[in-house]
Amino acid sequence: MYPDDLRYSSEHEWARQEGGRVRVGITQFAAEKMSDVVFIELPEVGAELSFMQPFGVIESVKAVSDLFAPVSGTVVEVNTALANTPEVVNSDPYGQGWIILVAPKDAGELQKLMTAPQYRKVVGEKGA
Amino acid sequence: MRRTSLYARHAAAGARLVEFGGWEMPVQYAGIVEEHRAVRTAGGLFDVSHMGEIEIEGPGALASVQRIITNDAGRLAVGAGLYSPMCLPSGGIVDDLTVFRTGDRRYLLVVNASTTPKDVAWIAEHTTDAQARDRSDEWGLLALQGPRAGVILQRLTPADLASLRSFQIFTDAEVAGVARCFISRTGYTGEDGFEIGCPWEQAPRVWDALLEGGGRDGLVPVGLGARDTLRLEAAYMLYGNDIDETTTPLEAPLSWTVKLEKGAFIGREVLAQQKAEGAARRLVGFEMTDRAIPRHGYPLRVDAQTTGQVTSGTFGPWVSKSIGMGYVARAHATPGTALGVDIRGKTAGALVVKLPFYRRNG
Repeated sequence: MYPDDLRYSSEHEWARQEGGRVRVGITQFAAEKMSDVVFIELPEVGAELSFMQPFGVIESVKAVSDLFAPVSGTVVEVNTALANTPEVVNSDPYGQGWIILVAPKDAGELQKLMTAPQYRKVVGEKGA
Repeated sequence: MRRTSLYARHAAAGARLVEFGGWEMPVQYAGIVEEHRAVRTAGGLFDVSHMGEIEIEGPGALASVQRIITNDAGRLAVGAGLYSPMCLPSGGIVDDLTVFRTGDRRYLLVVNASTTPKDVAWIAEHTTDAQARDRSDEWGLLALQGPRAGVILQRLTPADLASLRSFQIFTDAEVAGVARCFISRTGYTGEDGFEIGCPWEQAPRVWDALLEGGGRDGLVPVGLGARDTLRLEAAYMLYGNDIDETTTPLEAPLSWTVKLEKGAFIGREVLAQQKAEGAARRLVGFEMTDRAIPRHGYPLRVDAQTTGQVTSGTFGPWVSKSIGMGYVARAHATPGTALGVDIRGKTAGALVVKLPFYRRNG
């Protein structure tokens, strides 16, 4: 439920290092809490992100939530498929439900995020 | 926070519980979209025991009801009902409710949960030569909604549901072996369906029997989340969002409930004048043309000028569109008018459309 190769933010985003890039999405805990994601407002490619500042908005049928950048840097790719199939954020949050790919300013920043065991404690280790 | 007699059922089913109007209520079980679809295609069961029931009985019952509501109860036969706002002298809406004539000199008013104490006081104050009694603590209330509702309920009651037409009520029915229930053909989803009143502590028995018997028809429990998206697709007003004490039935799309010709009632003078002059603002429905979801409180603009604000908005799970309602200046209320919705500082396009967003076939 919370893969060991990811880092986790206090706002329930995950970050995965892929070579020199960082892929970002929301955790299964966040996806379940939102339920029925119907819209994601994505940043533009080229947008500058600051650590734990809002970079987009995710909406379920009922609720609106900000998305927070788990790393500073530049957006190099956004998951445009989410425009037509936002529900993959619920069904596959760590795979097809990824949100943005970032060229990090300082990949060392990821060390400020939680590890999987730490995050499991925060969310109550539900189903871990 | 208060709980209905079905609280243990909701908790056991794993429902997500939230505070609503002072009550701890289920917002969703399996998920809003799934529950919404079940109601449109099969059936959904809602716990609405938090709603209020007020009875007016006595020689002056009809005259009191007529004074309190804007619609005309004078035409109601015993066993018939209607929907109506009740207004302040200003024309502002105290609450919206359903009224049933349950006896020669007896009426049952079903009101919103969060406004029940206010309604009880208002109704008692304006009842003369009759007694108004708050029976909210005695009645549990379930809503069974969807195309399979009739089939599911008929298996559990000897009452002849085929003879029960829209807004009619059976006042002494047996449901799932529970005596002295009422069954009305009413709802808040845009589907055919029933609301079933039963003694407060018997609600779990009726709930269990319906879910058990209706499982093969696709019946599922439904929370307040889908109740809101269903009613919004059907363009039913939500008190406190779309209508309140600062809005009148003529500004809302409820002019059909204002019967000026029936005689005196509270708010009549102001509403008669507003009708003659035309309301300055109107509640309209709109669909988003840009990808974005309107929410309560977002400003509505025409040519960069603010014309009003969103009162309700969502992504409609069945119509599969972002939809909303809100008040706009009369000149902007015509279907086809282009609106801008201010969403987090950016303007997203929308188009005024005719209500409702969803209407069932047949």
